[in-house]
Amino acid sequence: MLAYIVRRFLLAIVTVVAISVLSFIVMHLSPGDYVTSYIAQMSSSGSVVSEADAAALRAQYGLDQPMYIQYLRWVGLILQGNFGMAMEWNSPVMEVIGDRLALTIVISVAAIIFTWAMALPIGIYSAVRQYSIGDYIFTFVGFIGLAVPGFMLALIVMYIGFTYFNANVGGLFSPEYDQAAWSLAKVWNLVQHLPVPAVVLGLAGTAQMIRIMRANLLDELRKPYVVTARAKGLSENRAILKYPVRVALNPFASTIGYLLPFVISGSIIVSMVLSLPTVGPLLLKALIAQDMFLAGTIILLLGILTVVGTFFSDLLLMWIDPRIRLEGK
Amino acid sequence: MAESVAPIKEVLGDETVTTAAEERISVATQWQLMWWRFRKHTLAMIAAVFIIVFYLVVIAADFLSYADPSASEAQRGLLSPQPIHWFDEGRFSPYVYAMTGKRDPMTFERVYAPDLTQKVSIRLFAPGFEYKFLGLLPANVHLLGVEGAKAEDSLFLLGTDVQGRDLWSRLMYGTQTSLSIGLVSVALSLFLGVLLGGLSGFYGGLADTIIQRVIEIVRSIPTIPLWMGLAAALPKEWDVVKVYFAITVIISLMGWTDLARVVRGRFLSLREEDFVMAAELAGCGRMRIIFRHMVPSFLSHIIAATTLALPAMIISETSLSFLGLGLRPPAISWGVLLQQAQNVQSIAITPWLLIPMIPVVISILAFNFVGDGLRDAADPYGV
Repeated sequence: MLAYIVRRFLLAIVTVVAISVLSFIVMHLSPGDYVTSYIAQMSSSGSVVSEADAAALRAQYGLDQPMYIQYLRWVGLILQGNFGMAMEWNSPVMEVIGDRLALTIVISVAAIIFTWAMALPIGIYSAVRQYSIGDYIFTFVGFIGLAVPGFMLALIVMYIGFTYFNANVGGLFSPEYDQAAWSLAKVWNLVQHLPVPAVVLGLAGTAQMIRIMRANLLDELRKPYVVTARAKGLSENRAILKYPVRVALNPFASTIGYLLPFVISGSIIVSMVLSLPTVGPLLLKALIAQDMFLAGTIILLLGILTVVGTFFSDLLLMWIDPRIRLEGK
Repeated sequence: MAESVAPIKEVLGDETVTTAAEERISVATQWQLMWWRFRKHTLAMIAAVFIIVFYLVVIAADFLSYADPSASEAQRGLLSPQPIHWFDEGRFSPYVYAMTGKRDPMTFERVYAPDLTQKVSIRLFAPGFEYKFLGLLPANVHLLGVEGAKAEDSLFLLGTDVQGRDLWSRLMYGTQTSLSIGLVSVALSLFLGVLLGGLSGFYGGLADTIIQRVIEIVRSIPTIPLWMGLAAALPKEWDVVKVYFAITVIISLMGWTDLARVVRGRFLSLREEDFVMAAELAGCGRMRIIFRHMVPSFLSHIIAATTLALPAMIISETSLSFLGLGLRPPAISWGVLLQQAQNVQSIAITPWLLIPMIPVVISILAFNFVGDGLRDAADPYGV
């Protein structure tokens, strides 16, 4: 069990390193560097930066050093909690990102909870009542969820909300709470706005999960031990829920590690359409303004967030599945 | 086996029919068996027809469109889809009314009204803008056209966008781009997937461990933000073709892990098969074992997995372009077309700009169904 945790932990560390390298590459892919952008920004506001000043700035930020030293310096700064400045906003990156990152987590978790809450009962129902009308309906909805990309679903929901209910379903807060400080009322307001993005974001994953759950449970239901359980007089509910569902649940739980990156990726695009105050719109804005430093930092933080989430889901899986817990004993 | 049984059964008379069928199955090639099984999968067959139609559009986009997709004209911006009148005075002769537009003096919006005195009849195989069929043959014949006027000015089957470009024609070209980009990306992914998955599955050991860990790492990174970063870093001055290929590479980098896993799984299970052992004992070289003995027996699975990977490619391209980070105008793709429908105001006023969603959804569904059908058909143990 310890070996399993250690292995997962090491893999998580390697993943974080890989993500940091990729983010660093993204930051340096665009032509010019931080100082070029800085000079451009200064000259647009009227002040002039001389060649000597530029060189001094470059030396100060270590931009004249070879790439790997720059990378190590950058990692060093981040480990000290210094994420640098966001140019366009002229304030520390963390200040710009902070709340938005938290809201990204909230929305992603809400979407995953929705996915689980829907997929589990529907998956069981579809398997137990295979080829019933309900099964066909859910299969159909599942295919729609699979075939409609998140941003399109968001557009459709917006369109329906606007034309039929005359309501703007976008955003996470009512206008009066938008700029307000955090309070219980604001949290409640957030909770009220969560369902739409959670459903939009979670539907694709739900569709996949229903299919997995249904297929797994169908395999289990045909096994002799279920017949034995029935023959021994177990009630139908117990015969299904007690053993087959628990076995079928396992691959279901193990896919959560892939669900999380999927949902976070999706949240970026869906946020743009539903104008949710997550890091998504910020990332797009930074990319379009070529503020690669901010963009790279966002990519890094999102990556780390995902890895941490995946690690915890692995621990959860271990807790659910004794086979992993007892591995190597 | 069938040969030895056949004579006995023939005596029984009734059984000869089954014997013939059995014989047909026992001598059929793997591909025939797959086709017979695939044929039974109704949904997959219907979906396959859709896919064929889609790729006909890809080939003949110029012919199927009737207006130059980049001919813009502010005088006909945001026209709504035009109804076609099929019968003229009791006789089948499709026509549309000419549209006249003027500015509303109160709202400054352009409003259009059909001019009921002016009928424009639609005809087939009409001459229109010049193009090169398949990029080679110069031509100017289009499936649809109008009599006595330029199609650009009078025919608006699906309406126009802000710049007055015809949506139907742009949709044809968008289909061409989006579906070909999906195909090219999937080919690249397939190459990566087969190479790395094959190495991993065939050699095992250290190579397997490293490649498996790399796949795990790639899969646990939220890809969209990362590829957004890469896509945004493409130089602004690159032309359409360069961007197209860069986006293709970026998208294929997203999709190879699934294929690699399928290939690896197949290699691992086949490595233990008797016929591989037999080939080894017969002194076949490694490459011969892989390509002559192993690959043919899982080629069908690869094709199924590839088909199932295509929808993800289409979604990626559409999403990236929708955000303005993928293909950029003047390139036309489904994502580029949907970019115009980005906010709720524009959707509420001009809902026809959402039409490009329909082919996106249909193509994704069709590839999924065909992929499922192929996978079932390729599985020798399936029912």
